[in-house]
Amino acid sequence: MTALLELRNVSRRFGGLVAVNDVTLKIAEGEIVGLLGPNGAGKTTLVNVVTGVHPATGGQVLFEGRDITRVPPFRIARSGLARTFQIVQPFPKMTVVENVAAAALFAGRAEGMAEAFEAARRHLDFTGLGDAADQVASTLTLAKRKRLEFAKGLAMNPKLLMLDEVNAGLNSAEVEDAMRLIRKIADSGVTILIIEHIMKVVLSVSRRLLVLHHGELIADGLPEEVTNDRRVIEAYLGKRYAEKAGR
Amino acid sequence: MKPWLWLVVFVAACALVPVFGNNYALRLATIMCLYAGLALSWNFIGGMAGYPSFAAAAFFGLGAYVSAVLQSKGLPIGVTWAAAGLGATVFAALIGMAILHLKGHYFAIASLAVVEVLREVVNTAEDLTGGGMGMNIPLPGMPVDVQARLFFFAMLTMTVLLLAVTIVVSRSKLGFGLRCISQNEDAADILGIDTTFYKVAAFCLSAFGVAVIGAIYASWVQYIEPPDVFDILYSVKPLVMVLLGGLGTIFGPVIGAVIYLALEELVWRNFLTVHAAVLGGLIVALVLFLPNGIGAVIRDRTKRAAVRS
Ligand SMILES: Nc1ncnc2c1ncn2[C@@H]1O[C@H](COP(=O)(O)OP(=O)(O)OP(=O)(O)O)[C@@H](O)[C@H]1O
Ligand SMILES: [Mg+2]
Repeated sequence: MTALLELRNVSRRFGGLVAVNDVTLKIAEGEIVGLLGPNGAGKTTLVNVVTGVHPATGGQVLFEGRDITRVPPFRIARSGLARTFQIVQPFPKMTVVENVAAAALFAGRAEGMAEAFEAARRHLDFTGLGDAADQVASTLTLAKRKRLEFAKGLAMNPKLLMLDEVNAGLNSAEVEDAMRLIRKIADSGVTILIIEHIMKVVLSVSRRLLVLHHGELIADGLPEEVTNDRRVIEAYLGKRYAEKAGR
Repeated sequence: MKPWLWLVVFVAACALVPVFGNNYALRLATIMCLYAGLALSWNFIGGMAGYPSFAAAAFFGLGAYVSAVLQSKGLPIGVTWAAAGLGATVFAALIGMAILHLKGHYFAIASLAVVEVLREVVNTAEDLTGGGMGMNIPLPGMPVDVQARLFFFAMLTMTVLLLAVTIVVSRSKLGFGLRCISQNEDAADILGIDTTFYKVAAFCLSAFGVAVIGAIYASWVQYIEPPDVFDILYSVKPLVMVLLGGLGTIFGPVIGAVIYLALEELVWRNFLTVHAAVLGGLIVALVLFLPNGIGAVIRDRTKRAAVRS
């Protein structure tokens, strides 16, 4: 298997804190992989390492076989690696369509402004934000702002899209919508790494789960295996649940 | 299309001054173009990119001295102006790469330090610049009123050029990228914008404009000294003008420059001894009460009028 994304013994320190600790993993083209882990496990940091925002302090990151460990974020973005932000990051004073057009123009394939705006409208329709296109981004509801992150990510024309807790703060109907959208994106040929707190949500879309705990990758496998792994149950759901389950 | 129309109106209005106005009016119009040019230049880095630069006085003085030194070596005046612009652009690229990774106050202070450093360098390089004695750069063999017109049209040309560049940039990929950076630099970075390159480009544009205006100024006043051309007011005034007129807009800097000059003249005449304090107070009040600039008020008015009609 030639991996689309490969991490080799990747670590990231912040001073004395090791936020990501010696993580090795591969993601193949076409997969939908779920990344789970409790608060502070290092999930967002892992995304930041891959996208070059907080470069690895140890180990190697390879994208399509190319070493991108020390490549600046804007170049990584242009090479087809997109991410959404856990804390949404719109350009607040721009309209929704301008936000998405920026993604299409600078990281996507759009040649020139006109083409970028055309592509942006397409992605807005795809993500169900078409009606909000001309609204100023800061006036959107949280659910729509999360959608805007999707649309921006898609407009970057990614090979791999990393979704950092796109469902946090949404109600169950909105989560359903988002998951449907994720499946639609995957069907269009984009490889997806979906980061979630809620295991149930991830299980509905991915056939492979990764679990981080204290920066370490403690599980990597099929949902059945991972959810029955004692270490995962302990780390992720707490000791009490583990004991109950082991009974 | 509309900005280009306003540009033509602006040029036409200015070009009429030497025809109908007296020497006082011509002098005021020259200063107005100087101010508008400074404000438009500052707008690239301060308004579009959102980086509060105080380096304008450094570029102004650098441009003035490059032009003065080359003129004293016998080069034609136009060549010295171009050299001033190019020199400052290269200088800004180097400085920009060093300080544009700083944010907010840190960047502001670093850019301020550039002014002090350059002033000291010019003070020390006495052989070339005359140091604290200043430099005389006479322009022999040309009647005074012809000179006055020449420098007015030079300033006007530069301002129009900067206005044209502003219109082009604000509609281009560069302007779009700068807007992204000013609103959320981290998001811009992760969206594939080469933020360093974009910021340096804005800084260079800004330096080029200010330096050429400084060079024309030096030729106009024919005597420069470090405290005059490296005056920190050249950093502060454009910032105030842009805030008055509207940050990051196309005509805001020009509107702000006109308002600023009007205030300066009015206050100067009526409060001779305390004019600096009065002017300062007025500016603080205006910026506080009209945070989006007077340009925004005018825009809102016309919009509301349009809705009513
Ligand atoms: N820029 C930073 N500087 C210092 N420490 C950081 C930084 N970013 C993250 N950390 C620390 O690294 C650890 C992992 O944080 P991270 O945000 O990656 O966790 P997470 O798994 O995404 O958690 P959550 O589920 O709450 O989003 C935490 O202890 C956090 O405080
Ligand atoms: Mg996180």
